[in-house]
Amino acid sequence: MTAFVKLLRTTAFKLSLVYLLAFALVAGAMMVWAGWRAKQLFDDQIASTIEVEIAGLAEQYRQLGIRGLVEAVERRARQPGASLYLVTTFAGETVVGNLAALPPGVIQRPGVVETGYQRIGEVEQRRRALARIFILPGGFRLLVGRDLEDREALRRIMTSALTTTLLWLTLIGTIGGIWVARRVLLRVDAMNASVQKIMQGDFLGRLPVNGSQDELDRLAENLNAMLDRIEELMNELRQVSDNIAHDLKTPLTRLRNRAEEALRRERTGEDYRATLETMIDDSDNLIKIFNALLMIARVEAGREQDGNSIFDLSQVAKDMVDLFEPLAEEANARIVLDVDQGLKIKGNRELIGQAIANLLDNALKYGLPDPAQNQAVLENVQSSALISVRLSHEKDKVKLVVADCGTGIAEQNRERVLSRFVRLEMSRTKPGSGLGLSLVSAVIKLHGGKMKLEDNEPGLRVVVTLPALVDSPRSVG
Amino acid sequence: MSPMRILIVEDDPEAGSYLVRAFKEAGHVADLANDGLDGYAMASEGDYDVLIIDRMLPRMDGLSLIGGLRQQKVSTPVLILSALGQVDDRVKGLRAGGDDYLAKPYAFSELLARVEVLMRRNGHSLSEPVAYRVADLELDRLAHKLTRKGREIVLQPREFRLLEYLMQNAGKVVTRTMLLENVWDYHFDPQTNVIDVHVSRLRAKIDKGHEVPLLHTIRGAGYMIRDSLR
Repeated sequence: MTAFVKLLRTTAFKLSLVYLLAFALVAGAMMVWAGWRAKQLFDDQIASTIEVEIAGLAEQYRQLGIRGLVEAVERRARQPGASLYLVTTFAGETVVGNLAALPPGVIQRPGVVETGYQRIGEVEQRRRALARIFILPGGFRLLVGRDLEDREALRRIMTSALTTTLLWLTLIGTIGGIWVARRVLLRVDAMNASVQKIMQGDFLGRLPVNGSQDELDRLAENLNAMLDRIEELMNELRQVSDNIAHDLKTPLTRLRNRAEEALRRERTGEDYRATLETMIDDSDNLIKIFNALLMIARVEAGREQDGNSIFDLSQVAKDMVDLFEPLAEEANARIVLDVDQGLKIKGNRELIGQAIANLLDNALKYGLPDPAQNQAVLENVQSSALISVRLSHEKDKVKLVVADCGTGIAEQNRERVLSRFVRLEMSRTKPGSGLGLSLVSAVIKLHGGKMKLEDNEPGLRVVVTLPALVDSPRSVG
Repeated sequence: MSPMRILIVEDDPEAGSYLVRAFKEAGHVADLANDGLDGYAMASEGDYDVLIIDRMLPRMDGLSLIGGLRQQKVSTPVLILSALGQVDDRVKGLRAGGDDYLAKPYAFSELLARVEVLMRRNGHSLSEPVAYRVADLELDRLAHKLTRKGREIVLQPREFRLLEYLMQNAGKVVTRTMLLENVWDYHFDPQTNVIDVHVSRLRAKIDKGHEVPLLHTIRGAGYMIRDSLR
């Protein structure tokens, strides 16, 4: 496809053609109508002038006979801008008048006629006139007419105006169409070029925006926003795969080292068994990390699910506290439960359950005061609850708060800690994969809720708000 | 435990033959079908105790296979293996007629434990016994009473249900996930040792002060209640 054909195929060019055609049609029709109206006006005026003259001349004839008529005609014919006059006998011989020649037979038919003529003294100049032929008593024919030169001139002007207008219109329209089409085409081509570059791997490339805020600009801006989002997601993905690679490398290496060490020299069956069992534990941990990752990915990819149901969030919270209570007791902590009864929400019970479990797990792992660090604080708080779970109904929301009294999370880390594999405890001596809060965050997002990390002074307070069921009973039992 | 006849329908030959080997080593008889149609034919003809069916299979999808079997009144317990990444896969699988569900990647010990429990369910699906007995430990389900050597042991309701499930599957390994599913009715992977703490509490109540421990930890797998003397 040549550049020119491409140009002609653009929407912009086709549109300008259509506009051009419509405009030309309307303009032409208006001019034709105006010309026709002007001609009518002319003809009416001429007809009435002729009428008046014929009436006057007929009167002369009636009063003064043929001589009076001849005199009157001669007099009138001499005046500047005179009408056309001709008086003939019934046989058509000229008696008086300023007409040299008429087409034969015209003078014999009474009534209004449009005819060609020649004036006396003007040779070879064909003119046209509108005339009326009147038969006088005695067989004389009287013709009074007006030259149509003015009308013809008007017609010529109108015609030439029409053609010139149409010509210019077509010319300017076509050039304009091509210009607009070229402009659009250039920008679209630039956009296409950018898109192709991006497809070839230049993921930092963006579509050109010229700041005119027109429709192409807005399209480009939106596409750019989309590209930004995709880049963001890709970076996130890259970050996650980097983290996965890094976090899985360590346990995998350890696993391999154990096997290698066991093979290095002969050992007793008991030794082998112990090593293999440790290796199984290590592998189980790896599988757990994979499962958690998969789960997060599933939840993040999730939309409205078949697994959704209406369930009693209060009961789930109680179940989870019940599940973790022995673990808390072992860690010398207490979980205090303060829950509005019968709060129902719509969602995935398993996921919400796991999210609450993860929050409790986090609170127990990282949310207890370090006994070695500050004995006084420990004694002070041990009388009170260490971990609290509160569930309440607030307008159209259900609010779940899990609070601990550990070291908390510094404000600048609160956003970061929700990402996968982020663990604030640098020594990594405590067990954990850095995936717990990521899953909670993903689950809450999936359910259209919000999750905020706050300072519990001391400790961390996780505030989760979820959309309540519209007809959620305020409190039952 | 008497050996089970297991049919594995799995299109990945390596994973399939690994499973066959692993089940044989665990003392069971395992056959392998490589696609859905073969699996369907073998499952409807052969006399299997448990079917292990991958969800994504060539020639006939796993869920259709199960649906077809159930329509033919083949009630062999089915465990669905799935690599699909949807949260509601479990629900769909069970709705299609599966009896249990395990997502890849899984530990073989988990699969083995679930399959062995499934077979028991098949064996006595009609009536649950009123009481369980393991050595000198007796659990009366009707009276909600537990005794060891005739002495009553008081359990919390949750502990009672935990023990009930363990004794129901006495002699078989029960994994932590299975406990969370069957005692707490939650289907997720407990990332921490929450279940262990519950079990060790229970153990303290039933085994403490007795010479023969009944509640055993099976490394890398889970727990088992059994009479150690036998």
